[in-house]
Amino acid sequence: MKMIAKKPESLTGAKYHYCPGCSHGIIHRLVAEAMDELNIREQTIGICPVGCSVLAYDYFNCDMLEAAHGRAPAIATAIKRLLPDRYLFTYQGDGDLASIGMGEIVHASLRGEKITTIFVNNTLYGMTGGQMAPTTLLGQVTTTSPYGRKVEWEGYPAKMCELLSCNEGAAYICRTAVNSPANIIKTKKAIKKAFQIQGQGLGFTLVEVLSTCPTNWGLSPADSLKWMEEHMIPYYPLGEFKVKGE
Amino acid sequence: MSDRLSGNEAVAYAMKQINPDVMGAFPITPSTEIPEYFAAYVANGEVNTEYVAVESEHSSMSVCIAAQAAGARAVCATSSCGLALMYELLYVAASCRLPITLACVNRALSGPININHDYSDSMGARDSGWIQIYAENNQEAYDNFIMAMPIGETPAVRLPVMTCMDGFITSHAVENIELLETETVRTFVGTYDPENYLLKKENPLAVGPYDISAYYMEHKVQEAEAMKAAKARILEVAAEFEKISGRSYGLFEEYQMDDAELALVLMGSTAGTAKAAVDKLREQGVKAGLVKIRVFRPFPCEELAQVLAGPKAVAVMDKSEGFSANGGPLFAETRSALYDLKDRPYVINIVYGLGGRDAKVEDIEKVFKRLADIVATGETGPVYTHMGQRSKEDMV
Ligand SMILES: Cc1ncc(C[n+]2csc(CCOP(=O)(O)OP(=O)(O)O)c2C)c(N)n1
Ligand code: SF4
Repeated sequence: MKMIAKKPESLTGAKYHYCPGCSHGIIHRLVAEAMDELNIREQTIGICPVGCSVLAYDYFNCDMLEAAHGRAPAIATAIKRLLPDRYLFTYQGDGDLASIGMGEIVHASLRGEKITTIFVNNTLYGMTGGQMAPTTLLGQVTTTSPYGRKVEWEGYPAKMCELLSCNEGAAYICRTAVNSPANIIKTKKAIKKAFQIQGQGLGFTLVEVLSTCPTNWGLSPADSLKWMEEHMIPYYPLGEFKVKGE
Repeated sequence: MSDRLSGNEAVAYAMKQINPDVMGAFPITPSTEIPEYFAAYVANGEVNTEYVAVESEHSSMSVCIAAQAAGARAVCATSSCGLALMYELLYVAASCRLPITLACVNRALSGPININHDYSDSMGARDSGWIQIYAENNQEAYDNFIMAMPIGETPAVRLPVMTCMDGFITSHAVENIELLETETVRTFVGTYDPENYLLKKENPLAVGPYDISAYYMEHKVQEAEAMKAAKARILEVAAEFEKISGRSYGLFEEYQMDDAELALVLMGSTAGTAKAAVDKLREQGVKAGLVKIRVFRPFPCEELAQVLAGPKAVAVMDKSEGFSANGGPLFAETRSALYDLKDRPYVINIVYGLGGRDAKVEDIEKVFKRLADIVATGETGPVYTHMGQRSKEDMV
């Protein structure tokens, strides 16, 4: 029998603790496949966030370090500067990256740190039970915006790719989604490209992946994908925002 | 009014009854439900609080500081790393004499990262100038929150108050509870009328200015005096609270202490377990007793010494490590309180329950057994040990 797919080397194979229909599992796999295909697993160090993917060190088959909530870019910066020939990635949710960690990510990109950030945007704080995040869409119901996010009260959702692509230090900024096979393939391509640009030492790289949280959205996995297409993608347009040199 | 609520809902409900002006909100397990319940009260128009959802605890405490400086009442809830991230601002709030009320739902502080209960978060903030009041159960968590503002806001005190409850054990367990009528709570809590606040045109004001060595010390002495004054105020407020609730509170609770020969000193929900152990031992004729510390800041030094003058041996049970190499924080305070006694009891320190490790009735009985052995042999043995952990032989 011909093997057509197997578990990536860069995953340990430990069973995920994620909810059914959660995108974290797919995104883990894409990061791992990118590492395998670039053959960089043994030179890669990952930084875990605080959020639902806090246990990512159980899943990625490379050295991992646990950061405090929002501090992954600072941690990755230090390791990269000490070990410049390694690949560093941070794996961060939208709460971790765009709320408590907003300062860290902006400064890492301003400094042009040669790291790759995988930014998982599911529009809310999943782990703590679905509270409003800076990325929560207008009108979206969360446990802290029970009748929907209102501009007068909570302002506008954060568009991180748009924001970060203004920074000179940013070398690659791209937004993708994992709502369809085609987009999943594009997401892996973007992650690979980010690692490659990191390898070339061109600057800070980030791939924002629009993802689902069926549990806190209160939707089935299938309806979650539909919700992402109908609500998230129109507000958070997909595509490359910055490619240094291109 | 009887109900059944979790500790978090009970505190959120107390907040609703008080109807504060501002809430600085940021979620963290296990306190998250408090801002969640409160968000629903705000959205439903049940309170007219300005609900400010910010990007971190550093900012939620900043929101509270600014609100309180403007003459408003501000509340907040947090746990663990959230409290740690507020650390800088806790000192600012206390030194600016801004009586903010913070519901601290205790959770072990990273690292290792852990979401379960111990006191490592609030113990780290014990010297920040905040009053700290600890609850054994949901009822006390509710009652303490209602008493917090009358304590903190009184002019002789004017200090922020942290009401603490045990993460998950108290915050998430649903228990029977007696709630007061909202009118009664509002009358009891009254209005906050500071004589100085921002934007009062008769009295332009700078809050939190630079304080050089020529004045800094006087400033700190005033804070220290305020903390001393808080003790009497806490008792006064408790007496008033008893009139409206029928429930009485002191700086600590004594359980079977009148003739106790062996005594424990501890805090929070473990007191319930320890009371069961005391009852069991009393049935067997052992003169066991318990002191449950309610108010940790200000520390009830003289009062505690009086009560602990009776027993022959005392075990102080700390549910947080102090890394002093000399015992936990409750132990340090308690042993120091005993120094002025003519006849001091034997005193040992048991650190237990870190990161949410269970302490059962049998564990507490073991501690009493150790105290009985000490009295029988006159040998204290190791003074500072850890209970219920597998890396070393259990020294309890
Ligand atoms: C200083 C601090 N504040 C708050 C928290 C609580 N907390 C844990 S995870 C989280 C948000 C996670 O949301 P996100 O980053 O979007 O990840 P997701 O769980 O959705 O994958 C928060 C606020 C914390 N761990 N530390
Ligand atoms: S809560 Fe949401 S983000 Fe977290 S594992 Fe479940 S679906 Fe995924």
